[in-house]
Amino acid sequence: MAMNYNAKDEVDGGPPCPPGGTAKTRRPDNTAFKQQRLPAWQPILTAGTVLPTFFIIGLIFIPIGIGIFVTSNNIREIEIDYTGTDPSSPCYKCLSPNVTPCICTINFTLDQSFEGNVFMYYGLSNFYQNHRRYVKSRDDGQLNGDPSALLNPSKECEPYRRNEDKPIAPCGAIANSMFNDTLELFQVGNASDLMPITLKKKGIAWWTDKNVKFRNPPGTDPLEERFKGTTKPVNWVKPVYMLDSDEDNNGFINEDFIVWMRTAALPTFRKLYRLIERKNDLHPTLPAGRYYLNITYIILNTLHVLFISSIVNHLHTVDKNTGTWSL
Amino acid sequence: MFRRSFNRFCAGEEKRVGTRTVFVGNHPVSETEAYIAQKFCDNRIISSKYTLWNFLPKNLFEQFRRIANFYFLIIFLIQVTVDTPTSPITSGLPLFFVITVTAIKQGYEDWLRHRADNEVNKSTVYIIENAKRVKKESEKIKVGDIVEVQADETFPCDLILLSSCTVDGTCYVTTASLDGESNCKTHYAVRDTIELRTVESIDNLRAAIECEQPQSDLYKFVGRINIYSNSLEAVARSLGPENLLLKGATLKNTKKIYGVAVYTGMETKMALNYQGKSQKRSAVEKSINAFLIVYLFILLTKAAICTTLKYVWQSTPYNDEPWYNQKTQKERETWKVLKMFTDFLSFMVLFNFIIPVSMYVTVEMQKFLGSFFISWDNDFYDEEINEGALVNTSDLNEELGQVDYVFTDKTGTLTENSMEFIECCIDGHKYKGVAQETDGLSQTDGPLPYLDRADKNREELFLRALCLCHTVEVKPNDTVDGVTESSELTYMSSSPDEIALVKGAKKYGFTFVGVQNGYMRVENQRKEIEEYELLHTLNFDSVRRRMSVIVKTQSGDILLFCKGADSAVFPRVQNHEIDLIKVHVEHNAMEGYRTLCIAFKEIAPDDYERVNRQLIEAKMALQDREEKMEKVFDEIETDMHLIGATAVEDKLQDQAAETIEALHAAGLKVWVLTGDKMETAKSTCYACRLFQTNTELLELTTKTIEESERKEDRLHELLTEYRKKLLREFPKSTRSLKKAWTEHQEYGLIIDGSTLSLILNSSQDSGSNNYRSIFLQICMKCTAVLCCRMAPLQKAQIVRMVKNLKGSPITLSIGDGANDVSMILESHVGIGIKGKEGRQASRNSDYAVPKFKHLKKLLLAHGHLYYVRIAHLVQYFFYKPLYDAAYLTMYNICFTSLPILAYSLLEQHINIDTLTSDPRLYMKISGNAMLQLGPFLYWTFLAAFEGTVFFFGTYFLFQTTSLDENGKVYGNWTFGTIIFTILVFTVTLKLALDTRFWTWINHLVIWGSLAFYVFFSFFWGGIIWPFLKQQRMYFIFAQMLSSVSIWLTIILLIFVSLSPEMLRIVLRSVRRRKSES
Repeated sequence: MAMNYNAKDEVDGGPPCPPGGTAKTRRPDNTAFKQQRLPAWQPILTAGTVLPTFFIIGLIFIPIGIGIFVTSNNIREIEIDYTGTDPSSPCYKCLSPNVTPCICTINFTLDQSFEGNVFMYYGLSNFYQNHRRYVKSRDDGQLNGDPSALLNPSKECEPYRRNEDKPIAPCGAIANSMFNDTLELFQVGNASDLMPITLKKKGIAWWTDKNVKFRNPPGTDPLEERFKGTTKPVNWVKPVYMLDSDEDNNGFINEDFIVWMRTAALPTFRKLYRLIERKNDLHPTLPAGRYYLNITYIILNTLHVLFISSIVNHLHTVDKNTGTWSL
Repeated sequence: MFRRSFNRFCAGEEKRVGTRTVFVGNHPVSETEAYIAQKFCDNRIISSKYTLWNFLPKNLFEQFRRIANFYFLIIFLIQVTVDTPTSPITSGLPLFFVITVTAIKQGYEDWLRHRADNEVNKSTVYIIENAKRVKKESEKIKVGDIVEVQADETFPCDLILLSSCTVDGTCYVTTASLDGESNCKTHYAVRDTIELRTVESIDNLRAAIECEQPQSDLYKFVGRINIYSNSLEAVARSLGPENLLLKGATLKNTKKIYGVAVYTGMETKMALNYQGKSQKRSAVEKSINAFLIVYLFILLTKAAICTTLKYVWQSTPYNDEPWYNQKTQKERETWKVLKMFTDFLSFMVLFNFIIPVSMYVTVEMQKFLGSFFISWDNDFYDEEINEGALVNTSDLNEELGQVDYVFTDKTGTLTENSMEFIECCIDGHKYKGVAQETDGLSQTDGPLPYLDRADKNREELFLRALCLCHTVEVKPNDTVDGVTESSELTYMSSSPDEIALVKGAKKYGFTFVGVQNGYMRVENQRKEIEEYELLHTLNFDSVRRRMSVIVKTQSGDILLFCKGADSAVFPRVQNHEIDLIKVHVEHNAMEGYRTLCIAFKEIAPDDYERVNRQLIEAKMALQDREEKMEKVFDEIETDMHLIGATAVEDKLQDQAAETIEALHAAGLKVWVLTGDKMETAKSTCYACRLFQTNTELLELTTKTIEESERKEDRLHELLTEYRKKLLREFPKSTRSLKKAWTEHQEYGLIIDGSTLSLILNSSQDSGSNNYRSIFLQICMKCTAVLCCRMAPLQKAQIVRMVKNLKGSPITLSIGDGANDVSMILESHVGIGIKGKEGRQASRNSDYAVPKFKHLKKLLLAHGHLYYVRIAHLVQYFFYKPLYDAAYLTMYNICFTSLPILAYSLLEQHINIDTLTSDPRLYMKISGNAMLQLGPFLYWTFLAAFEGTVFFFGTYFLFQTTSLDENGKVYGNWTFGTIIFTILVFTVTLKLALDTRFWTWINHLVIWGSLAFYVFFSFFWGGIIWPFLKQQRMYFIFAQMLSSVSIWLTIILLIFVSLSPEMLRIVLRSVRRRKSES
């Protein structure tokens, strides 16, 4: 940058010095600030200065770009559509509202092994989690374990605020529509035996969400007691205190729930479902080979199936994403 | 007491009749006649707008009349009533803030006005009541009260002079604060009341005055006084303007007078000439309003489109009410049209951020703080009055950079209002100062004139002529002990240049000592007193443009001395004498001096007899006295001998000429509006180089017009003639005018008040409109216009006329006296000079500076800078393009306001010194150049472009699965935060790009606000806020920053969105370099 320091005034910010001293003059102070003569740097952008600057910045970013490109090439991803719109799909039967719960199995093959930690995401499309009414439909006080909010949820939760005169916990449309498919993954061994793959449920939510923002109602009683006086969201099969057997992943601090509650920005979105951790350096997390995916749709009653079917019309995917550039 | 109770009974009765009857001293004139008191307003002057009670509602009403405030109020109400995405606090708080700040400011200003009013209203006056002198407050004066006024006091209301301490019932008055004429005028009392010089006698006066209802013309008054003495038949005397003492004028050289109040308070002529202070709006504010309307339109369209899209999208039931997102019962039952309407409103509220509330706060702050720089400016400091500039309104800073027309007062503004004798010329020999002429400037205060060129006798004759040919009077109290040292003499005259001449003669040894018993006494160089019997004075008038005296010397010779303008004198003297002097006269006229030629003639005793008879006859004539006298004068003033010429300088203010030249160079048109005589004004215009030597003058004055019989025909003729001339000269439209000035013949127009009123108010048929337009066409083509003999209201009329021209140019008025107040108030920017003529002008002005020369820096430097600053500020605000309420509020107020505020206070894209020295730069920003459609579109599109970049950049980023190393996902709040972060950085960095003057404050504020943004985001997201229902932002920012890809995206997007601006800057500098080389 071409720059020139412009210090026009020597009395830079100095104290005002009245000329007479004795008589009270109303002469304005002769300070650089008041006389608009602060020393100033006057950069002038010219082609001669901007081009080299851009060039240098560009140079710096080249290695960064290369690094990003290499890692992104190392990412492996597989996408499995289990919506079942296609009649040939094993999950086609689950489109029918009568089958409940409906279990279907999809098999797929990994051509290359997935080396690092593997992330399982579920993806929904055309699901407007960013709808204004939807986004608002929650009570953060309730989710933070506030006992009064637990029994008297915010009005924002309407029409999912009360059911049969009991407050819903967790209230609101977001919680009510929580993703509740159960996905299990099996590796097909050499002898066609099925080896279940451990899917880690914890560590998928933000640490702050899990530990600060979401809290169960206080108390030492069992969770069921603490949630006494509330009812489960209408669409749910189980109440909130039965989401998981693990005390640390149950109730409001269930991580599947927390992930769902972090509403997506776009109508087609993915959310982290499970982690498959790398066990040791010798074996790949998911070796190449055949796998089975077991899907359990839990459908509550016929009334709701209708709605589910409308979502099932669209994409239900399970993605696997391996290889991370951040290792 | 009686009157008061009576008043109550017939309040309102007879209120609006054609005339008003005033009973002097409020005494009923006779027993028989019923005493009917009329109700008049009291003598209170009210210039304040509010009272304690109506302040709140009135002020709020005024404020909500502004489009913006009203708009935000509506938005606020919508937010309160309708379910909207943003909370009402977001827009309510800033609105509340703006309103409060403005209200406080206006309240304070009004309080100051109240105080000023009180000062006037509570000043003490003396009223004669029941033969006693009673001390009262000025506001208690009632119509009919007899008021005593002492020397050097101003009249508290309009008075009819009853008697003064002088024998002849005259008093001297200076109306400098009313019409700018600083000379003393003589006012007369009616013959029958002259004798009433004591409190008792004046109280015994039984009289009634009938006069017209108040009207604003200062020089018109018609009335009649009926005096009832000792129950005899009433004596009626007519009253004219010479009997009326106006409020605001000052009594001079008269010890005290008694007068009866006829017009009081708001009905005085001064108050009627005073125009209420209306709120002035700057052109920038108008631009803002225009932008606002455009944006409002965009907003409405946007909201309409969005509502339509919403319902199109919702037409499929799945989208309208998916199973996961059901409506409440209430929502389902709401009537559809109402729903659409509320949806529309909520979209409007959602997008209302494109119209920034905080802009108004910032603009106000910028103006308020910015105006300090004017009052802080050391260059505006004047040693003499120990004061700097004063800023009364901060709303108009940027307007100073937009001025097209400058209207200036002459007396006290351009000139210092003191005449000075510069040189004289006797028989073609030039005498300059006190030293003898050489062509160079000899400025020594050398010994008495060393006169070797001209004949001694001629010299003395000339000097005697100077001493005798005038109407100067010596101030009485100085002549008590007869002839004393000449330096103690105080001269007074109706024309200041006469004083200058007499003083000039004194320098050469001839001192006018005074008039005694009809003898004029002159002390000559040998300290002898010469006495001349004053036989006749042939008074000055503007048609003859000369005056003469006829005196009889001690030796018995009768001499006529005549002095007058060259054009008036030359035809009346022998030709051979002219040539010698003409050169000097013309030279002096070019210099801007007032020149007067002196001639004399000896009158033989026989001739004198005849002349004397004629004069007396003419003076006695009852009909056509004026004409007859003129005829006689004409006959007498012939065949004279030219002795010499004088040059008097109406001393210009320091650097007045340079300032005018600079203003001219800056493309401003300077008009001089003065109440003064045309000759004086013209010479001043020459002196301050408003008229150049090659300027061709077009005169539209009584002189040129009255030559013919039918004034209007002549006027019409002249107008069309001038127009033809000018159109020939400037065939192209006015657009090329600025260039044309440098190449073509320059024209100056001179017009006087009576002609102007002829043009403006002439016969109400279609012709008058025509005149006006022709006149305006002429005016617009002239480089300089001089309007003389203007009444205060006429000045305002002119200003208003120009203001309403096509393209509504910005006008600036500058003046120092109360007579300029109306003009100052009328124009877009009013500037007061803190002069000697009181503080009225500076109180009513928007800015007050000590001297005229300060106008240059004020306009060229401050005006320019302020304009550029505010223009940038406004554009920037419209450029700044949603989601969390706190963020939104903070966005406009904190993150992005301070830097622009600092920028708008400190930016100097061009050095101040350069600005003052190169007035042409001013032209670049004239006509509101920076806030026109072009730049506006540029900024809007830039904003749209950046908005697109922000959104889709982040959108594509979110297409990928995971942004975090641990595979965790981000939600919609992160999405928003990313966009927002990019936005804040881009907007601030854009400003950094535009800043060309980086002081430490800029550094502090720009980097500081970015740092503050980061800090605030951490803070806002770092705590579970107990008072918030939704913890949306919790830890979003920190979580966001942990992702490398988001970092990279932010940097990338900032670069992309700034690149067009950088490209533009670089290209501009390349182009500039090209044009330089």
